[in-house]
Amino acid sequence: MGFSLDFLMQGFADALSWTNLFWAFVGCLVGTLIGVLPGIGPSAGIAILLPITTMIPPTSGIIMMAAIYYGAMYGGSTTAIVVNIPGEASSVPTAIDGYEMAKQGRAGPALGICAIASFVAGTIGIVGLTLFAPILSNVALAFGPPEYFALMFMSLSLIISLSGRALLKGLIAMSLGLLASLIGQNPLTGAARLTFGWVDLMAGLNFISIIVGLFAISEVMINVERSAALIYESRIKGWMPTWEDIKRSFGAMLRASGIGFFLGLLPGCSPAVTTFIAYDAEKRFSRHPETFGKGAIEGVAAPEAANNATSTSGFIPLFAFGLPTGPPLAVLLGGLMMYGLQPGPMLFQQNPKFVWAVIASMYIGNVILLFLNLPLVGWWARIALVPFPILGPLIALFCIIGAYGIRFLVFDVWVALIFGVIGYLMRKLSFPIAPMVLATVLAPMLETSLQQSLLLSQGSPVIFFNRPIAAVFMALAILSILRGAWVQFKTHAPEIALDDADE
Amino acid sequence: MKRYQVVTGVALLGLFVLGAAWGSRSAWSQEKPYPTRQITYMVCFDPGGQSDREARRQQPLLEKILGQKVIIDYKVGGGGALGWREITKAKADGYTVAGFNIPHVILQPLQQDVGYKMEQINPVFIFHSTPLAIAVLENSPYKTLQDLIDFAKKNPGAVSVGGSGSFTGYHMATLRFEKLTGTKLTYVPYTGAAPQMTSFLGGHVTAVFGASDDLTRFRDKLRVLGFATDKRFPGFKDVKTLKEQGIDMVEEVFRGVAVPPNTPPNVIKTLEAAFMNIATRPEFQEEQRKGGFVPQAMGHEETKAYMKKMTAIYTELAAGLKKK
Repeated sequence: MGFSLDFLMQGFADALSWTNLFWAFVGCLVGTLIGVLPGIGPSAGIAILLPITTMIPPTSGIIMMAAIYYGAMYGGSTTAIVVNIPGEASSVPTAIDGYEMAKQGRAGPALGICAIASFVAGTIGIVGLTLFAPILSNVALAFGPPEYFALMFMSLSLIISLSGRALLKGLIAMSLGLLASLIGQNPLTGAARLTFGWVDLMAGLNFISIIVGLFAISEVMINVERSAALIYESRIKGWMPTWEDIKRSFGAMLRASGIGFFLGLLPGCSPAVTTFIAYDAEKRFSRHPETFGKGAIEGVAAPEAANNATSTSGFIPLFAFGLPTGPPLAVLLGGLMMYGLQPGPMLFQQNPKFVWAVIASMYIGNVILLFLNLPLVGWWARIALVPFPILGPLIALFCIIGAYGIRFLVFDVWVALIFGVIGYLMRKLSFPIAPMVLATVLAPMLETSLQQSLLLSQGSPVIFFNRPIAAVFMALAILSILRGAWVQFKTHAPEIALDDADE
Repeated sequence: MKRYQVVTGVALLGLFVLGAAWGSRSAWSQEKPYPTRQITYMVCFDPGGQSDREARRQQPLLEKILGQKVIIDYKVGGGGALGWREITKAKADGYTVAGFNIPHVILQPLQQDVGYKMEQINPVFIFHSTPLAIAVLENSPYKTLQDLIDFAKKNPGAVSVGGSGSFTGYHMATLRFEKLTGTKLTYVPYTGAAPQMTSFLGGHVTAVFGASDDLTRFRDKLRVLGFATDKRFPGFKDVKTLKEQGIDMVEEVFRGVAVPPNTPPNVIKTLEAAFMNIATRPEFQEEQRKGGFVPQAMGHEETKAYMKKMTAIYTELAAGLKKK
């Protein structure tokens, strides 16, 4: 089951066959497209294309579906940077600095750095997958409910740095986010909450509708109000990142790749979660934290690297145990099983040709994506030059299609529109939006793991502190909260505001 | 003035004729040939899950038998409730069918208002089941079911049992097990079978009530202590049933397809025949068995009777539990 160069070389030979190369390319292209469109995520994309896979050989089919997943991570950043609308939940942190860069006329370099960071992280991720798959697969199992709760709690404490100067407003935004995700059935007991007897609310609010509303629709509304002619008016300086940009963000890419890779091994730690953690880590690590939120290129590179590393390392528990770490991988698992391929330790022994061909194809896929994305950078960045009276309605249209596409329910469209209004009001009153999104993304897992942990411990919260992994996360979270509070009260001119709400 | 009256009269007459024609057309539609256009097959759980995989296995065969395109559509949420509410409200013409699970459709409306009633689920066919079994990890100190029960009796609440969701077959199995053995366990629900098994394999719960296909998948990592079945499970021939060990309980999840209430009988017959054709194919059954499923082939009437029987059992169980 361990690493063998022979197997990898054989894998490359298979992956480089014309058929496999073609399907890898198709997957990359579709993935990028899905990433660009807000609302339509990789799970839906893979699910829609599943029927095609019954017509092509298993290896090609899985190669294509895998390419859609990591390809979507490349595409998600595009609209986040150019028009401040994250194409995927995982690109929310990218929008913070990416959009600022775009406003300064540096959309091209921001997009370029995304492609490069994605490539670097994707490749690091695959090297990790190649060499350590068998060893690392156990990490997923070490995480039980208490560990998850501690990790989610730590992630939630990032709100402090995400809200910057406006700590109180950030906390209010967070509470709103948590409240919104409470609507619907309790994920474990099924008890209905905050539905007011309205059956449509039973299934809860989908966080993709919430994100589409908060970011995209409110952005359109703000621009309409300003009767903007363009999304932002500024000279565009250069399409490509400079060597200086790459040098500045290279460290960030490597660190974020590491964070994304390890968190990606855990079921439930979707790229949407890891990108926030990577962004925050980079901000703390940086010698110039004041530039974050004002167009720091590291702030773009870090989340983009993290989401690619996460999507790649998710294949480790999938192949090694048959454990999907997120919905797109669950669909992939379904695909594997449709072909009669049983993931698990036996997969490496019984179908080595298949496994290594897929792994090898991921190296190739990343190269394809780099070439697919870098030359198109200028083209994507030009979207912002489309006059707003044309672009605005188009964005609104895509938002509505995207929101409808989640579950094919008109209800989700209404949710997106309502959150558009909420997002508009929040921007007007300069409430930061990112903490609300983070809270909505984390809440289901936070709640589930808290309930499960307390059941396991029969009500005692000590369970979060007497298990080593959980204790470390809890300590980090508490330190982060104390530090945030101290900075807030002591200095009055604290960490740098990360107010994506103010203009 | 008179002309207007004539015109109005003619118009009214025309409307009347049209209306009559419309009415008789809808009367004919009762015996309309079926199917004449594409059919939507609703899956009420996430893509990649058991329901989805089964639907996709059936899809090409259904298309061949029915001679129409079959589209798979997802309505996911509320542990299936969202899609089942949808199917009870859909047009009763047979062009929308939905996958459904027992005991979910029985237990959910018992617990709270979920927008549909069990009686509104109009079953066409049941194609497979996954029996539940209690299992511990391979390296667990509990070698037999008796070991586990003895420990649980001495340490009430210390044995944690993982399952998928609350008021599900998994939860019911645990509650029935507690009642019949006189033990006190700690039931830990998960959001689905996948996280349930992950947490179990990581050693975070003592035992699980797991579905037979999941137990088959991870068979070399765990030890099954007893199957909640009438007869021994073919995939685990040497594992005793709970009945053999003196615990009289059977707990299985059945999967099938349903149509809206008041669907014309000829439509139900056509669909039933199509599913029967698929379910009785040896290669299809073989594939099911390999994956740890039990192939079933229960038609419309048989399923209805079965649902009625199970509803009575669960209603009593749920009432007994509430009193506690």
